Amino acid sequence: MTTATNIQPDYNMKVVRQFTLTTILWGIVGMAVGVIIAAQLVWPALNFDTPWLTYSRLRPLHTNAVIFAFGTSALMATSFYVVQRTCQTRLFGGPLASIVFWGWQLVILSAAISLPLGYTTSKEYAELEWPIDLLITAIWVVYATVFFGTLAIRKTSHIYVANWFFGAFILTVAVLHIVNSLAIPVSMSSMKSYSVYAGAVDAMVQWWYGHNAVGFLLTAGFLGMMYYFVPKQANRPVYSYRLSIIHFWALIAVYIWAGPHHLHYTALPDWAQSLGMVMSLILFAPSWGGMINGIMTLSGAWHKLRTDPILRFLVVSLSFYGMSTFEGPMMAIKTVNALSHYTDWTIGHVHSGALGWVAMVSIGSLYHLIPRLFGQNGMYSTALVNLHFWLATIGTVFYIVAMWISGVMQGLMWRAVNADGTLTYTFVESLEKSYPFYAMRLLGGIIFLSGMFIMAYNTYKTISAEEGSIKPQELG
Amino acid sequence: MSIFWTIWITVITLTVIIGCAVLLKSANTNSTGVEEGEPMPHTFDGIQELNNPLPKWWVGLFWFTIVIALIYSFTFPSYTANWNGLLDWSSSEQSVKSPEESEKLAETSHSQYQREINDAEAKYGAVFKQLAYDESGAYKDIAVIANDPEAVKVGQRLFLQNCAQCHGSDARGGKGFPNLTDNDWLYGGNPAQIKATLMHGRVAAMPAWKDILGEQGVTEVTSYVLQLSGRRVNSIEAQAGQERFAMCAACHGADGKGMEAFGAPNLTDKVWLYGGSRKAVEDTINNGRNGVMPAWSGILGEDKIQVISAYVYSLSQQK
Repeated sequence: MTTATNIQPDYNMKVVRQFTLTTILWGIVGMAVGVIIAAQLVWPALNFDTPWLTYSRLRPLHTNAVIFAFGTSALMATSFYVVQRTCQTRLFGGPLASIVFWGWQLVILSAAISLPLGYTTSKEYAELEWPIDLLITAIWVVYATVFFGTLAIRKTSHIYVANWFFGAFILTVAVLHIVNSLAIPVSMSSMKSYSVYAGAVDAMVQWWYGHNAVGFLLTAGFLGMMYYFVPKQANRPVYSYRLSIIHFWALIAVYIWAGPHHLHYTALPDWAQSLGMVMSLILFAPSWGGMINGIMTLSGAWHKLRTDPILRFLVVSLSFYGMSTFEGPMMAIKTVNALSHYTDWTIGHVHSGALGWVAMVSIGSLYHLIPRLFGQNGMYSTALVNLHFWLATIGTVFYIVAMWISGVMQGLMWRAVNADGTLTYTFVESLEKSYPFYAMRLLGGIIFLSGMFIMAYNTYKTISAEEGSIKPQELG
Repeated sequence: MSIFWTIWITVITLTVIIGCAVLLKSANTNSTGVEEGEPMPHTFDGIQELNNPLPKWWVGLFWFTIVIALIYSFTFPSYTANWNGLLDWSSSEQSVKSPEESEKLAETSHSQYQREINDAEAKYGAVFKQLAYDESGAYKDIAVIANDPEAVKVGQRLFLQNCAQCHGSDARGGKGFPNLTDNDWLYGGNPAQIKATLMHGRVAAMPAWKDILGEQGVTEVTSYVLQLSGRRVNSIEAQAGQERFAMCAACHGADGKGMEAFGAPNLTDKVWLYGGSRKAVEDTINNGRNGVMPAWSGILGEDKIQVISAYVYSLSQQK
């Protein structure tokens, strides 16, 4: 931060603070539910024969909580922060920002109640029933109004690249959510609804939504975060302006086509499968454009990694991002997919993105943000940030390595045949063999979650300290 | 698909792919007016952006994926159902609307699915033929196959893949799914009967008696049914239940020993498909049961069923 503090516009930092703290809260809740269901896969009795504790109800609770409560809170916090600072103006719409915060908490609360009760549309990552869908739509429109309104009243001549990504994420998620959630309620007094789509069309719309939730929420949104917090934390200029332009436009143009790769060798027409596969392949380069631009921004600042664990979070998140966006196009190739599909490999791939990229870039950004939001010059303990960094990294590696081994093993076991053409292994045998890796995955999850508790403690100490009393620290 | 959709999809997908190429070409030349490696003339909250060139290897990678994408989409079906690709490849006969249509196409189809099925048939079909047929080309007796340990092993593997989901890996069944090792048979346990069950499936229907018998009636019949298998019950209730049992006798027989023709279970033994507790039996009488064994002839074919039948038959012969 520079000495420009006293000529700053009157930013709305209250909503950023609120979203920042709920990001940590929902992160802990969402990941804790993840740990519980990981434990249930090792010890099925842990559902205690209670309907609302069964895997089938907690699993959507976990995915919704980490994507829409943790991830989206992080995006809302950082997008509101970044759009104000890079546009040099206060958030547009006055109290609207507050409506976004409380409205979104209401959405999260409705999800946390309705999912364990068993209300579900059965569409993955879009399980919430129609009344909640309508609420999401309303809140999202307010969010878009605040964000784009702020862009419209900006004091700068250009729009910074981080805001392009945030903007693409907000706009596309709105379209995805509305189109995929179109449904007819059983009655106006019933929570239950049925999708307007059927059969292969339903599957295609669902995965057009599902993959672009990954592409626009979990990728584009977090790239927006990366484009602000990496150069800020490293205090270096962004590596290449031209790279940011091409990888932005190519990424958003191509991502939208990649959904069919979730439906290889299904009833989806062959031509749609082919298109999904080739678009996923092309996606490789634009995805890596973001990683290159982020990592190369550190040129001349690599030594800072020795002393700054926040920068470690950001750089390692970019490495995981690069790894999963290499893995993704490979898994979209039909012959690879024939092995990987329906196995734990997919779960490993998702978590290398979700833990390694999404969570770690959010955590790094939040550590940058928290002292600035609460009038401090650093986190309460940089050593604890560093400890969190190692717990997060090791936890992620444990998790994804376990799932890789388990997934490839499952794929190979399912396709093995005897000399007489019968399958060598039954499904149950492959499940039995997966158990040690389920235990290893659970361990990885616990390690990652424990880091989140350290973050909560460190944040509490930072916030509750007297304003300005914490000095910047470097690792020794 | 109509020509409109073909043009629509072709135009927008090619626009995206070729658009990437055009964009890549333009971003690869410096037209910003700023020298390469120098910062752009704007800053955002103190962040500068350098005008560095695109990494060469990355540009090469991008071109490579674009070219691969174009080649693949012309080689394989893409754009719409009107473009089957230069190789005329298909995953399966996706346009069929009925099993009959599918069966008819199977002879001429070149789909990947059909080719793999044909290859498997050519490679493994002989194995099953050898296990299932004798020299004269007739089916071996199932009881004979059941004495061939190699054949039984193959039958077991098929069982584990196709039958264990319901009957369990040890074939001991579970609630609603018969135990196949206990020599107690709903539809008969001789080889021909077992094979018929596998080939054509079975549909059992125990009606719901709640409305006809009433609460008291169900209690009485339950007592009688429990008495049949030697349990101690309220004898007055059982007496009353016996009088009402006439309705049940139509399927279960006057003596309650069941009838293979209907798959009606013997009620006098201690084997209970849906549980033998008073509550379970009451539940069965109240709400009825609908057991379904699927027909496997269309899925596995008779040769494999001959071998699985031998395995199932062997299970109850060991005792």
